[in-house]
Amino acid sequence: MSEQPTTASGPMPPARAPVRASLFVTCLGDHFYADAAASAVRLLRKLGVEVDFPEAQTCCGQPAFNAGRDAEARRMAAHTLEVFRESEYVVLPSGSCACMLRRFYAHLFHDDDLSGQAADLAGRTFELGEFLVRVLGVTKLGRGLEGRRIAYHHGCHALRELGIREEPLELLASAGAEVVPWEAAEECCGFGGLFSVSFPQVSAGMADRKLDTLAAAGEVDFLTSADCGCLLQLSSRMRKRRQDLAVRHLADVLWEAAGADS
Amino acid sequence: MQIHSREYPKRAREGGDVRASVTGATLSFDARRRAAFAGVAAEEWRVWAEGVKTHLLTHLDRYLEEAEARLEANGARVHWAGSQEDVHRILSAIIERRGARRAVKGKSMLSEELEVNELLEKRGVDVLETDLGEYILQLLEQPPSHIVGPAIHLSLDEIRRLYHETHGTELDATPDELAGVSRLILREAFLAADVGITGGNFLVAETGTVALIENEGNIRLTTSAPPVHVALVGIEKLLPRWSDLAVFLQLTARAATGQPVGNYVSMIHGPRTADDPDGPEEVHVVLVDNGRTDVLADPEAWEALRCVRCGACLNACPVYRQTGGHAYGAVYSGPIGSVLNPGLAGLHAAMPLPFASSLCGACEEACPVRIPIPELLLSWRRRAVEAGMDSRAKAGLLRAWTAVATRPGLYRAAGAMLHTLPEPVRRVPLPVVGGWREVRADPEPSPTSFRELWREGIE
Repeated sequence: MSEQPTTASGPMPPARAPVRASLFVTCLGDHFYADAAASAVRLLRKLGVEVDFPEAQTCCGQPAFNAGRDAEARRMAAHTLEVFRESEYVVLPSGSCACMLRRFYAHLFHDDDLSGQAADLAGRTFELGEFLVRVLGVTKLGRGLEGRRIAYHHGCHALRELGIREEPLELLASAGAEVVPWEAAEECCGFGGLFSVSFPQVSAGMADRKLDTLAAAGEVDFLTSADCGCLLQLSSRMRKRRQDLAVRHLADVLWEAAGADS
Repeated sequence: MQIHSREYPKRAREGGDVRASVTGATLSFDARRRAAFAGVAAEEWRVWAEGVKTHLLTHLDRYLEEAEARLEANGARVHWAGSQEDVHRILSAIIERRGARRAVKGKSMLSEELEVNELLEKRGVDVLETDLGEYILQLLEQPPSHIVGPAIHLSLDEIRRLYHETHGTELDATPDELAGVSRLILREAFLAADVGITGGNFLVAETGTVALIENEGNIRLTTSAPPVHVALVGIEKLLPRWSDLAVFLQLTARAATGQPVGNYVSMIHGPRTADDPDGPEEVHVVLVDNGRTDVLADPEAWEALRCVRCGACLNACPVYRQTGGHAYGAVYSGPIGSVLNPGLAGLHAAMPLPFASSLCGACEEACPVRIPIPELLLSWRRRAVEAGMDSRAKAGLLRAWTAVATRPGLYRAAGAMLHTLPEPVRRVPLPVVGGWREVRADPEPSPTSFRELWREGIE
């Protein structure tokens, strides 16, 4: 049994009523990072959160929104508003999709009947690491990452739109990991949704700058991030370049931090 | 303004040869900007500067008239130019009246936008760029690739080779030696010039002052040595008050090059007076619209007019870093170019620039006047979609995706196929997403979907 999770003000007090959260797994999480999403569920449960998974959930609509196709984005967003209408919290293993719900739904519905519902959902939506620190007040999950050297990629939306910078680093460091500083850690990986297929050479060049500077930062055990799109971009480019480095989703790493075997 | 953005995808593909130079230069500019703002209350400066520019733009008529009155009271001549043709007409009249044969120019993006060199050459005027970077580019017959560092796409060796061929310097000449050679040529030109042409970083309405920031001293000479100085000033470059200038000079220098203030700041109020030992006999200030009032009238684009042309967004941009400025095919490149060009030259001409961004937000974070560049990019994308300018294949793909993603049963079934279809079927080439495979390995789906794991029960 690993030690109890702690908050900044000491051991986590038993919650009066359990916090309830719906997992919004996201398209890429569902199909490319399924195990990490399962780790997110285990981790949240371990922290006393009652997790549910509304099965009608689909796509948040960001691909259409970023393409300037608001009509389509609104339809997917309206569906999402309905799916998570009753949720106490909505937690996503993706900073970018969390940002879509939190920041961009307001743009989509600004002159619409659904603006109130969108604002309501925005207030209940969090990226996973952010949810642990800002909502649950957890700053230490355990010591499961003792001796690990980890590179963290900040997804752009999490970093610049949601202001999530220290939360994941704190969770990794308090679990015993050394988070290795890295020149391009806060630069875009080049994914950008359809940008990655519309301008493949530019996108790959951006990934290469991330990967080259990462290689120059010294040996790390693995690269992690809270964003499935970025992870897919970086790992697919790495395999093309035959660069050998493990890439893991943050949810998976945090579960290990909490003592995955307990 | 000519614009060749249509070639962006092709040029972006071939952009690799400037990547090292551009990456090195922009990272260095960007680091210096961060360091320069670390020592001041940066966010307060930005909010204040945004407020001043927003006030200026929403009261522009009043400040333009005030600036005109002050400039004329100072003895400068003010010209109003609605278009590039107006500017050419105004310049031609000055050249003709003065019988000008030789001109020197200070670095000015507006003069690039207005194709001033082309006009001067057509009128038989010998024109020399006096900014070192611009001078090098004039020798190479290339346009600038960056707002502040026009030649950052060139390596030192490329410049050495150019000087070896044109000026006979050694192939291992130092940057100082190259600058020395240029200085000799430029000094002669300043003394022989009939007219000096510059842009203007700011025009203070309250005092009728054109302010110019530089590091090399060439603008000081361009504005003071020849008998005639013509300043081309975009109407968005005004500042209401003299006291605003004190902050904007520091804000712009920090954002552009990380300096507390430029090496030289020239503040021009008018021509030489009887008491002045030197200075131009005539100062002309040309107030240039060239599409700016259209942008100002556009509720989703006008904020781009706050731009002070510091280039900070280019330096922060990971997309720009990959290609340099020439790939954009327009005078204004990088993030600010992608939101300004559609307003100035028309969206059709500027396609596909609004799409050439991963929307990472580094530009907005770097902008000293808080232009919400990602939001403006999205607005142009929406308009491109409405006007049917974007790719049909992409439209079809997103319509199909929406149809699936608003029907949970269909979405589940389609998702399940990703995990059950045999590999060769998954590899069938698809339109649009084929760009993934060009530069990357195929993504590897999880053995089963999360949905399936949830149904089985997560222990």
